[in-house]
Amino acid sequence: MKKYILTGTLAALLTLGGLSVPALAGPEDVVVENAWSRASIGMNRPGAAYMTIRNTGDEPVTLIGLTTPLAMMPEIHETKTNAEGVSSMSPAGEIAIAPGESVALEPGGLHAMLMRLQEPMTEGDTFPLTLLFDDGGEVTVEVPILGIAARGPED
Amino acid sequence: MRRRAILGYGAAGVGAVALMLFVGWWQVDGPGGPESVRQRPVALTEMDFRLTDHEGNAVGPETLIGRPTMAFFGFTYCPDVCPTTLSDISGWLDDLGDEADEMNVVFITVDPERDTVETMAEYVGYFHPAIRGWTGPEEQIARVADGFRATYERVPTGSGDYTMNHTASVFLFAASGRFVTMIDYHEPREFAVPKIHRALEEEMEGAT
Repeated sequence: MKKYILTGTLAALLTLGGLSVPALAGPEDVVVENAWSRASIGMNRPGAAYMTIRNTGDEPVTLIGLTTPLAMMPEIHETKTNAEGVSSMSPAGEIAIAPGESVALEPGGLHAMLMRLQEPMTEGDTFPLTLLFDDGGEVTVEVPILGIAARGPED
Repeated sequence: MRRRAILGYGAAGVGAVALMLFVGWWQVDGPGGPESVRQRPVALTEMDFRLTDHEGNAVGPETLIGRPTMAFFGFTYCPDVCPTTLSDISGWLDDLGDEADEMNVVFITVDPERDTVETMAEYVGYFHPAIRGWTGPEEQIARVADGFRATYERVPTGSGDYTMNHTASVFLFAASGRFVTMIDYHEPREFAVPKIHRALEEEMEGAT
């Protein structure tokens, strides 16, 4: 714990000094690609956003949560479909991404579930979504809102 | 004495039958059985339910007889699986072109509490125009699911909200009402359209 704090302080100092800090999950190490979401009908239904999160650094990173002004309760959820064809959805918890690896948030699997929308998701708009990492790092992406029947980032 | 012997034999017989039943259960449905044998839906002609479509029309299994049918379960408050399935189906229908007009395509809600006729009308309006939305009283939805051998379950998500676990497969029936096959969630698209063709072709065979 002591070491962690020390590293954190060191990292903060280095950041202030304008040096790159590979151990910290900053924008330098985490690359978010192909972010997209579907338009919502009103504000009562939860929305979902998808993207690929790549760890380009030398240290593992762990995604621990999300924040966005769009939704009061954004969470990473996972849809699972069992042998009987029954789909269920539950919070995915923390997601560790090894160095050089990526995690795909895509339909039918992991997704950013946007609960308690503060405004409707309108096709053509975008919204900022911040990914929170366990070392205090944050990455904010602007997520485009596509049509309600969109199947992927190119739709 | 003799009577006692008969009783004894009788008890032994009952015990033997019970043992056989137990062995049978163990091998078929019990822990010794094959893992989760998935049941096939019954024919539409054997189902009995009353629902309302998104335009307010009374519908039932007989509404579907005479044309091949693609049917699936979901709910409009579903953020991930249901819009994905509806988008996939819209894509398959686009691929089928004119043939899509020969089919019934039905989205049946498992969440009738929130999915009223008006809600279903608004929701299906965002997808392929061939897709019909069916809802109805909870006990009727339960009868549909039973006929399809589908399951659904309400799961609380905190703060009074809930989501639904449900069978996400797409079911295909021939024009006669006979169950043909199903397209499982995540099945590659190149498998889906040929399966739909199979349901369409069965109808042609039946007609000649």
